[in-house]
Amino acid sequence: MSKYRNSFLKEVEEKVEEGNWVKMCMQCGVCAGSCPFGPHWAHPPQEIFMMIRAGKREEVLSSDSMWMCTSCYQCIVRCPRKLPITHIMHGLATYASRLGLVPKSQPTQAFGQLFWDNLVKVGRVNELKLSLGLYFKDGFGQGVKNAMAMQSVGLGLMKAKRLNPMEFFGGHGVSDKSGFHAMLKKAQEIEDQRKKPA
Amino acid sequence: MAKQYSFYPGCSSQKGASSSNYLTSTNSMCKYLDIQLNEIPDWNCCGASIGYAGGGELPRITLSARNIALSEQHNPGQDVVATCAACWLATREAKERLDHSEQMKADANTALKEAGLVYNGQQKARHMVEVLIEDIGFEALGKGVKKPLKGLKIAGYVGCQTNRPFGVNGESFENPMYLDNMIETLGAEAVTYDQKVTCCGGALAFSEPEKSQKQIKDIIESAYDHGADMIVTPCPLCQANVEIYQGEVNKRFGTKFNIPVTYYSQLITVAYGGSASEAALDGQLIRATKLEDLAGK
Repeated sequence: MSKYRNSFLKEVEEKVEEGNWVKMCMQCGVCAGSCPFGPHWAHPPQEIFMMIRAGKREEVLSSDSMWMCTSCYQCIVRCPRKLPITHIMHGLATYASRLGLVPKSQPTQAFGQLFWDNLVKVGRVNELKLSLGLYFKDGFGQGVKNAMAMQSVGLGLMKAKRLNPMEFFGGHGVSDKSGFHAMLKKAQEIEDQRKKPA
Repeated sequence: MAKQYSFYPGCSSQKGASSSNYLTSTNSMCKYLDIQLNEIPDWNCCGASIGYAGGGELPRITLSARNIALSEQHNPGQDVVATCAACWLATREAKERLDHSEQMKADANTALKEAGLVYNGQQKARHMVEVLIEDIGFEALGKGVKKPLKGLKIAGYVGCQTNRPFGVNGESFENPMYLDNMIETLGAEAVTYDQKVTCCGGALAFSEPEKSQKQIKDIIESAYDHGADMIVTPCPLCQANVEIYQGEVNKRFGTKFNIPVTYYSQLITVAYGGSASEAALDGQLIRATKLEDLAGK
């Protein structure tokens, strides 16, 4: 039977998180109508599912649609076929990242990577460094401008003791850093093995 | 005897972080409710939702597996309880994946071995509101109220991740009532409005501020239009997004929003007779003056 199946659908089923669900979509469009960022998707989820089945590999993986997912899970709870749509979108986005097909300067991809790198470093998120990393991602000049624009928010948070400038010099983290890093390294190795692009 | 839970506080609750006021008020609330929170030693970040972008599937799930493994080892026989919506969701989601797939469990345990840990899947992952609703119950919660929050009109903002995809048992995804019930139990008025479960943009408030601030505007506008003088939420990111960006939203949309956004734990602390500092009301960017007045009486 495998020859009747287009290769991109097969690839998604094998390599993308929860990708084996894609074939279950019945094209009702409830996901598209439920998404808070719906109007900003070039291709809403049900269209992405149909495009996968039609073998449109480049169009799907280089689309910035999946990056519009806010992880609100509205699509999941409303889907009549119970597809884990949120996770499939995350999976497609991650897979596109691995293949280097994400549109240049996609802000959520950049922020997501920044967030991950931040938490991996010491095991917990350092919010100060995360904000600064976000503001300064396009260089120093733009960073200063961004930081100035958000100055009142930052000062307000500091005043309420919900942002600590001293976090710049260290801050919270796990104690067993070596075990934590060895664990993630191993997890990444296994992930790479299982999800190696076709 | 105090009820015991294995507590997963999460990154944003730490000292000097964006929801440190949530943790302070949770600790006060638990003292009044005779709940003992035993922190999971050396817990790590859950990866939140946005962690997918850099972490992929197994590394992300392994993060939560480590927390559960540590909990099983140090706090045996207790449920894991999180206050943060994303912490709870990630932990519960990871547990579901690990328990439903032998392969995933084996892979996660191979990784955990590097840190000398093992995941067995013995503990439930629960949110603090579940403890309040299911283990204590509204009736018992109401009995401890010393200062009813009379005259306060509150919009219960449930948001996304304590509501979907798991939610609280017996509640609907479209119109969950538990937060309203909690508000009424404490003697305040729960405002009926139409943005109770609307997404605030989540992590995309950072990467897509324009699109997210439209969401935030809709939520606050509806709360105001239906007479609320405060918003209350069970989620740290909902709280932060809806509170701290009001200035930005005002600039962008020409609105004049200035509505306090608090946690249920702050309401309970005040209703149980706690002081403003026990309720961490000094942690608000937009001061909850009516609640402060009540706490001061």
